[in-house]
Amino acid sequence: MNLEFLVRRLIQMIPLLIAISILGFSMMHLAPGGPLALYTLNPSVTAEDVARIEELWGLNEPLPVQYLTWASNMFTGDFGNSFRGGAEVRHLIVERIPATVELMGASYAIAILLGFAIGALGALRQYSIFDYLATTGALVTLSIPTFWFGLMVIFVFAEQLGWIPSGGYQSLGRGGGGLIDRLHHLVAPASVLGLVLTAQWSRYFRSSILDVTGQDYVRTAHAKGLRRGTVLRRHVLRNAILPIIALAGVQLPAVFSGALVAESVFGWAGMGRLFLDALTYRDYPVLMALLMITAFLVVIGNLLADIALGIADPKIRTG
Amino acid sequence: MAETGAATLVAAGERRGAHEGFGRRVARRFAQHRLALAGLLVIVALFLASALAPVLAPYDPNRVNPLERHQAPFSPSHLLGTDEVGRDVLSRLLYAGRVSLTVGFAAMIVTIVVGSLVGVVAAYYGGLVDTILMRLADVFLSFPTIYLLLVLAAFVRPSVLSITLIVGATAWMEVARIVRAQFLSIKAQDFVTAARALGASAPRIMLRELLPNGMAPIIVAATLNVANAILAESYISFLGYGIQPPQASWGIMLNNAQDFFTRAPWLAILPGVAITLAVLSFNFVGDGLRDALDPHQRRR
Repeated sequence: MNLEFLVRRLIQMIPLLIAISILGFSMMHLAPGGPLALYTLNPSVTAEDVARIEELWGLNEPLPVQYLTWASNMFTGDFGNSFRGGAEVRHLIVERIPATVELMGASYAIAILLGFAIGALGALRQYSIFDYLATTGALVTLSIPTFWFGLMVIFVFAEQLGWIPSGGYQSLGRGGGGLIDRLHHLVAPASVLGLVLTAQWSRYFRSSILDVTGQDYVRTAHAKGLRRGTVLRRHVLRNAILPIIALAGVQLPAVFSGALVAESVFGWAGMGRLFLDALTYRDYPVLMALLMITAFLVVIGNLLADIALGIADPKIRTG
Repeated sequence: MAETGAATLVAAGERRGAHEGFGRRVARRFAQHRLALAGLLVIVALFLASALAPVLAPYDPNRVNPLERHQAPFSPSHLLGTDEVGRDVLSRLLYAGRVSLTVGFAAMIVTIVVGSLVGVVAAYYGGLVDTILMRLADVFLSFPTIYLLLVLAAFVRPSVLSITLIVGATAWMEVARIVRAQFLSIKAQDFVTAARALGASAPRIMLRELLPNGMAPIIVAATLNVANAILAESYISFLGYGIQPPQASWGIMLNNAQDFFTRAPWLAILPGVAITLAVLSFNFVGDGLRDALDPHQRRR
């Protein structure tokens, strides 16, 4: 890996992150009613109360000052306190990370394994019945609203068959929280999100492998008499694998979005659920923190994808 | 002799290609794509059903009737049953289709207009303008779409117009990138130079060369955009930040269906089927158009 490429790529991230933070900050503050909409509209909260809250939260400072204070605090990992309950935002989020990581991790695993298998089979038997069914099936799956897909899974497998719990992160009370219990709760949301991602990724994997099988060096390998299996293993798959790693990075925003939807339907106590709860109460510090954290991770994901592609294709490094 | 025969065949082929206009060729290729054709028919049917909702709907979609709550589908007076306050589900689905399809189409237009404008301006001016606009697209793409959609939707007064604008505001980036790339690559291509050298007028170049060659990816993106906009609206409305009751959209009909799973599963099933049907049709049509419009596609 070329160090100069890495450094240049890291430096490019800085203006992007600043622009992201400015956009996020303006979005929250230009919103009608602003951060205090919930209080100003509440008849039992007096004007003096609002003024006091503004003073307390520094909302009467000029916007650029507010932005700089907020951005520098955020830079040190201080996201402020929740408008609702006053708990530290950092604490609230850290609490929710494991659930989201579990859900996203399990879905990633399902989607990469299944998507790769389906995509590879489709590419190697291009225009076969399997290929046709797989690509059509993927399009059908992508057309089903994820939240409704989740609802139907709950309806069939929880309400009708009783195989899975109808939601939640773990059972309450005795017997709750064990590994088996948590896996039992994880199956449905991870399968739903995993299948949606599988549908999307099998198409990428298919075209990624088709790209490689069309390359000259693959034809050369065939021409020099290597067996089909050897060509596949040594030449095709090895070169198709890095674009797949890159895809995992590039697709991070879609996975975050999907995780939020799955969390909302299955009552999964992760970051997406926290975001929706914060939205209900217009809890700005929590919303801002989650927006910034997800955007930051997306930028990192893109960086990792670029690095993976840079390793795969030396031409990109110099670009 | 054989050479002459081959030459005649080539000439005949060219002549046929020349006679068959771009539109007809696309239509022929599209028609070969059976699922795309089916999708198109479903879209037309959904549109007619929504447009004719006042004629087709057996009841007022908002007519509450506590005596007829949770009637199952195929009951004597309600073909698709009734909901928790006795409103006719078929009538509501028809009227909801108006809202959902309107938002889907209008949001697509917003997306295409904003995306094309940004893309053309970036490609035309280049330099700093290009850099700023494309970095702005990067910034928007860095937020997970749903997070961005929900924050925006939660902070404005929800209406058909605001939801349309919000969905468009979070979807223009891809179109901007496509348009910019198209504009840059077509400008530099030989056939455009050739057409200009042959004395073709500017409108002719734009209509005969730029439009057929540059529009294809935009048309495909537009079609898929309608599908995504319908999905986005349904989720926002499902969560309660979109279309507000008593107005119906397919998403909001699912809003409290989860509470009545056991008593009235059709309330959860039917609107979802409607969304899937519409989205799937647009996706199939988009897929078919991609194949039909691609000039590199081998003749089938």
